[in-house]
Amino acid sequence: MASFLDSIGYNGWVLPALLVIPLVGAIVVLLLPAREPADGTAGVESPAARQVAFWFFVLEFIVSLGLWWSYNPADRGWQASIDISWIPSWGVRFTLGIDGIALMMVLLTTFIMPLSTLGSWTNIRTKVRSYYALLLILSSGMIGVFLARDLFLFYVMWEVMLVPMYFIIGIWGGERRIYASIKFFLYTFLPSLLMLVAIIYLGLHLRGAGGVPDFSYDHLLAANTAVPQRTALWLFSAFFLAFAVKVPMFPFHTWLPDAHVEAPTAGSVILAGIMLKMGTFGFLRFGLPLFPGAALNPTVRMIILVLAVIGIIYGALVAMVQPDFKKLVAYSSVSHLGFVMLGIFALTLQSVQGALMVMINHGISTGALFLLVGIIYERRHSRLIDAYGGIARVVPMFAAVLTFVSLSSIGLPGTNGFVGEFLVLVGAFRTYPVLAVISTTGVIFAAVYLLWALQRILFNPLDKPENTHIPDLNRRELAMLVPLIAVIVWLGIYPAPVLRRMETSAQLLVDRVQAGTSAPRVSEAAP
Amino acid sequence: MLLQAVAAAGAQTHPLSGTIAEWVWLLPLLPLLGFLINGLLSLSSAHLGPADPSATAHDEPSEGAAEASVVTHGEESGAGGDDHHAVKRHRWAGLTSIVGPGVLIIAFGLAVAIWQTMVSAHPDAPFIQRYFSWMPVGDLQIDAAIQLDQLSMVMVLVVTGVGALIHIFSVGYMRDDPGYPRYFSYLNLFVFFMLVLVLGANYPVLFVGWEGVGLSSYLLIGFWFNDKQNADAGLKAFIVNRIGDFGFLVAMFMLFANIGVLDFVGVNAKALDLGAGSALVTTICLFIFLGCTGKSAQIPLYIWLPDAMAGPTPVSALIHAATMVTAGVYLIARSAALFSLSPVASLTVAVVGAVTAIFAATIGLKQWDIKKVLAYSTISQLGYMFVGVGVGAYVSGMFHLVTHAFFKALLFLGSGSVIQAMHNAYHATHSTDDAQDMRNMGGLRRYLPVTFVLMWIATLAISGIPPLSGFFSKDEILGSVFARAHGSSLATATWLGIPGGTLLYIIYGIGLAAAFLTAVYMTRMMLYTFHGPTRTGAEEEKYLGEAPWVMTGPLVILGILTVIGGWLNLPKVVTDIVPLGPGELFGHFLDPVVGSATARITAGATEVAPTTEEALIGAAVIIAVVGIIVAVARLKPANVPRAKDAIPETGFEGVVAHKYYVDEALDRTVVEPTYVVSRSFLWRFVDNGVIDGLFVNGSAALARTFGWIGSRLQTGNTGIYAWSLVVGVLLLLGVITLR
Repeated sequence: MASFLDSIGYNGWVLPALLVIPLVGAIVVLLLPAREPADGTAGVESPAARQVAFWFFVLEFIVSLGLWWSYNPADRGWQASIDISWIPSWGVRFTLGIDGIALMMVLLTTFIMPLSTLGSWTNIRTKVRSYYALLLILSSGMIGVFLARDLFLFYVMWEVMLVPMYFIIGIWGGERRIYASIKFFLYTFLPSLLMLVAIIYLGLHLRGAGGVPDFSYDHLLAANTAVPQRTALWLFSAFFLAFAVKVPMFPFHTWLPDAHVEAPTAGSVILAGIMLKMGTFGFLRFGLPLFPGAALNPTVRMIILVLAVIGIIYGALVAMVQPDFKKLVAYSSVSHLGFVMLGIFALTLQSVQGALMVMINHGISTGALFLLVGIIYERRHSRLIDAYGGIARVVPMFAAVLTFVSLSSIGLPGTNGFVGEFLVLVGAFRTYPVLAVISTTGVIFAAVYLLWALQRILFNPLDKPENTHIPDLNRRELAMLVPLIAVIVWLGIYPAPVLRRMETSAQLLVDRVQAGTSAPRVSEAAP
Repeated sequence: MLLQAVAAAGAQTHPLSGTIAEWVWLLPLLPLLGFLINGLLSLSSAHLGPADPSATAHDEPSEGAAEASVVTHGEESGAGGDDHHAVKRHRWAGLTSIVGPGVLIIAFGLAVAIWQTMVSAHPDAPFIQRYFSWMPVGDLQIDAAIQLDQLSMVMVLVVTGVGALIHIFSVGYMRDDPGYPRYFSYLNLFVFFMLVLVLGANYPVLFVGWEGVGLSSYLLIGFWFNDKQNADAGLKAFIVNRIGDFGFLVAMFMLFANIGVLDFVGVNAKALDLGAGSALVTTICLFIFLGCTGKSAQIPLYIWLPDAMAGPTPVSALIHAATMVTAGVYLIARSAALFSLSPVASLTVAVVGAVTAIFAATIGLKQWDIKKVLAYSTISQLGYMFVGVGVGAYVSGMFHLVTHAFFKALLFLGSGSVIQAMHNAYHATHSTDDAQDMRNMGGLRRYLPVTFVLMWIATLAISGIPPLSGFFSKDEILGSVFARAHGSSLATATWLGIPGGTLLYIIYGIGLAAAFLTAVYMTRMMLYTFHGPTRTGAEEEKYLGEAPWVMTGPLVILGILTVIGGWLNLPKVVTDIVPLGPGELFGHFLDPVVGSATARITAGATEVAPTTEEALIGAAVIIAVVGIIVAVARLKPANVPRAKDAIPETGFEGVVAHKYYVDEALDRTVVEPTYVVSRSFLWRFVDNGVIDGLFVNGSAALARTFGWIGSRLQTGNTGIYAWSLVVGVLLLLGVITLR
C-alpha cells in the first residue's frame, strides 16, 4: 500500500486535496438546478444535492484513508507537509502538515461526514442545496484546523468552521434555533477574538528572520521562551478561553445543550463528533506546547484539572435528570470531554493517549447516539424520554443498536469507550491520584444516566398507543450505523494500531511540555 | 491458525504446549459464536423500516410499518412479565435449541479433555497464550492473553459443565417463550464473558469478563423487559455492580502506579515490592474486595441480588448462584499473592463474609418467595466462601464454590420446576395468584416426586449433613478458621484493635450460627413447598405435574454431583478413619496456584489435633441436625395461610421480612437526594440560573444595550452579517493569494 501511495506522490498532494475536494463539492452542489420534490424522494427538494454531497464525502474519505498507511509513526516530524508563501508582507504562510494526533482527527472527520450526510437524508427537506454546500464548507474548515501549521491559517480555518455551523443550526434547527444559534455564535466567537489578539501578539513579538512577523508554528515553538512569564500567562488565558468554550469545560458549557438540541441531526453529530474536539485539540497543539510554563503553573494546572473533574461528575449528574434525550446526550458530552481534559493536563503518556482515544471514541459513540436520537425523532417527533417506553418490542433492531452504542458510551470493556477512559485514568493516577479516583466515580454515574434513559425508552411497559406503530431501522439507517458499530468493536478490541500511530506525537508532546517548564525563561525585568 | 502460531511461539517450553490445551482459545469462542448465531436469529424477525421514516409518522402507518408492528406484537406478546405463556414457538426455536446448548456441550467436552491433560502434566506454571497487544502505551503493555492454570481450570469446568446442564434445562423451561433465541443469545454471551473472566491473563482482560458478565446479567434480569419491575431490577444490578467495579478499577490503577504491571504472573512476582503488611497493599486489596462485594453480593453491595430473581429461573441458577456471583471469590483466590501479604485486608474479607453469611441467613428465614429464599441463601453461602478465602484457605473457599455450584444450581432449577408447575396450573385456570409464593404451594411432593427428592438432597447438602458435598466444603472452611486462630499471620495481626486470633474465633462462632440458620430456613422452604396440605387450589391441583425429562435430567445429574462432590477433597481426618479414597485431591490440584500464598498465611500456625478436629466436625453436624429438627418441630405447614389470606408480620419479624428496610433507607438517603440535588440545584439553579441566567444572558443583556445603539445603523439581520463575513473572508483571502 505504501509503495502504491508513493508511486502516485500521495504525500505531496493529499493535504491540500482534502481541503479542496469539499469546496469543489460545495460549488457543484450550488450549481445544481433547483428542483421541486419528485416522486420517491420523500418531499426533499433538489434531491440530487444530497447524492452529490454524499459522494464527495465518500471521495474525501477514500482520499484521506491513504494517510493511514502513508503516515510513518516512527517519524517525529511533520508529514505530508506543504508550505506555500501566502501573505508575505505579514509573514503568513499556507503551511499544512500532520502528526499522529492530526492524522486520527482528520480520519475521524472524514469518517463522520458521509455518515452524517446519510443522517440528513430525509429530514432536511428545504433549502437542500445550501445545506449540503454548508456541510461541505464546514468539513474543509474542520480539516483545515487539524492540518494548519501556521497560527494565522489556523485562526482562519477556526472561523471558517464556525459560520456554516451557525447557519445549520439557525436555518434547519428546531423551535428555539435562533436563540441557540446566536448563543453558539457569540459564545464561541468572542473568546476566539481574544485568541486572535494573542496570535497577532505572538506573530509580531516573536518576529522571524528579517524582522517579518512570523506565525509559523514551528518558529513560535522554538522562540516562545522569549515571552516573559507574565505575558505568557495572559496569552495562555486567551487561548484557554477560546478552547475551553469549544471543549466545553465547566462552566463554559451552557451553549452546548442548546446548540445540540436545536441543531438538526447532522449538526449535532458534527458538533459532538468533531467540533468539540477542536478545543482539546487546541490545547494539545497550541495551548500546552506554546505556553508550557503558564499551562503547567501549579495553580493554573490545578484549576483546569479541578474544572475537568467537576465537568465529569457535574455533566453526568445533570445528564441524569434531563427529560429530553438529546439534551441528556449533550450533557454527557460535558462529562466525556472532562475525561479528555483530565488526561491532557495530567500529562503522562498514558493519560494523553487515553485523552486522544476518548476524543475519537466520543466522536464515534456520541455521534452514533445523536444519529439514533435523530432516527427516533424523525418517526415520533419527540425527544422526550417520557414519550417512549417499551419500544424495544416494536423496533428490535433500533433497540439493539441503541443498547450497544450506549454500552460503548458508558465505557463497557470490549468497546472503544473503555480503552480511552481506562488509559486516561490509569495515566492520571500517576500524577494526580486523588483526582483520578474522584473521576473514576464517573463510570458509575455514566451507567446511571444512560441505562436509566435506555430503560425508560426501550423497556418498561409499552403503554402509549402512538408508539406501537413505529417503523424499525431502514436500509439507509443501517448503512450509516453499521460502520459505527464496526469501529466501536474494532477500537475496543484492537486499538493498538491507532495507539501506535499516535504514540510518537503524544510522547513528543509530553516531553516537550515537561522540558518547556524547566527551560530558562526571560525574566520580567529583562528588556 | 494464525492465533495458535503466535501463541505457540511464546509458550514453547510449557508442559501443556503442543497438547490439546493449545485449543483453549476455542473455549470462549464457542459461546461467542452461539451468541452471534442466536442473536441474528432473534433479529431475523425484525422488519426493515420504510425509506422515508418521517412520512409514516404523521399519517397512518404505512403498509410495511403496520405489518412490522403486528408481527413484532405476536412475537413478544405474552412475554409481559412472568414465566411461560404458551404462545406460538419462535420460528427458529429448533435451531436455537441445537446451537445454544450445543456450543456449551462442546466447550465442556474440550474443557474435560484439557483438564485430563493438565492432571497428567501437572504444570507448576500457568500456560499462557498471547494473541495480540491490546493497550500498548509506553510502559503500560496490556495484552489480549489467556492464562490456563489449575485455578482457571476449575472455574472453566464449573462454568461449562453446570452451564451446559442449565442450557439444556432452559430448552424445556423457556420452550414457549417468544424471545427464545434472544434468551439463548444472552445466555451464550454470559458464558463467553464468564470464560474471559476466568481465563484472562491479566487484570484488565479479567475486567472485560467481569463487566461483561454484569452486562449479560443485566440483560437477562430484564429479559421480560416490558415489566417495569424487571427492568428496574436489571438496572439496579448493573449500577450496584458498577460501584464495585469502581473499586476494581482503582485497584488496577494503584497496581500499575506502584509495580508497573497488571498481568498475574508479573503481579505475583512483584507483589512483595509493595511491602508485606504495608498500608499500600492493604489499600489495594480492599479496593479489589470492594469489586468483589459488588459482583458477589456481599455487604454492603448485596442489595441487587434478591431483585435479580426477576430474571428467568435458569438464569438465577447459572448466573446468580453457580457462576457469576462466585467471580469475587475467584478474584481473591487469583489475587492470593496480594491478599496473603495483608492480614488486615484478609481479615476484613473474612469478617464481611461472616457477617453477610449470618445477616442474609436471618432474612432468608422470613421470605415467602421461594426464589428469594434461595437468593438470600446464595448471599449467605457466598459469605462462607469469603470467610474461606479471607482466612487464606483458598482451596476450601474454591471447594465450597464448586460444591455450592452443584447444590445451589440444583435448588434453583428445582424451584424452576416447581414454579413452572405452579405457573402452568394457574395459567390453566386463569388465576392471578403468585406462582412463586410458598404460601400457595404445599404438598407438592405428590405432584413433583423427582424434584422433591432431589431438592431434599440439596437441602441436606447445604445444611452440612454428611456425606453430602456441602458438608465437606463448609466444614473445611470452618476448620480452617479455627486452625488459623493460633499462630498464623492472621492471628498475630490486629484488626480495628481486635486481636486476629480472637476475631477468628468470633468468625468461627458466627459461621456455626449461620450454619444453624441455614438448616432452619432450608428445611422451612422444603416443608412449606413440598409437605403438608396443598394450598394451590382445588381446580389448580389437576394441572400440577412433573417437568419433562429435558428439565429433570439435568436435575438428576446435579443431584449425583451434590452427593459425590465431597470426594473431590476429602479431609485427611476422614480418610484416616474411613478409607474412601485419596484425600485432599482438590488441594493438591490447586497447590501450584495458591500453595505459596496459603503457606505465607499459615506459617507458624499450630496443627489442630485430630481429636479436636473430630470434635469440631461433630459439633457442626449436630448443629445442622438440630437446625433441621427445630424447623420440623416448630414449623407446621398445615397452619400456613394462603398468600392472599396472610396477615403482614409485625415487630422485629416484620423488619426482617422487609429485609431490614435497607432498600428503603438507601432510596431515601442516597438515590432520592442525588436526584433532587442534580435536578433542582445543579441543573435548574447552577446551570440554568447562575451560568446561563446571570452570566451568559446577563452579559447578553448588557451587550444588547450597546447593540441597541448600533442597531440604529444596521438592519439587524444576522444571517446577512454572517454571509457577508464568509464572502468577505473568502474574497479577501482570494485576492491576497492571487496577488
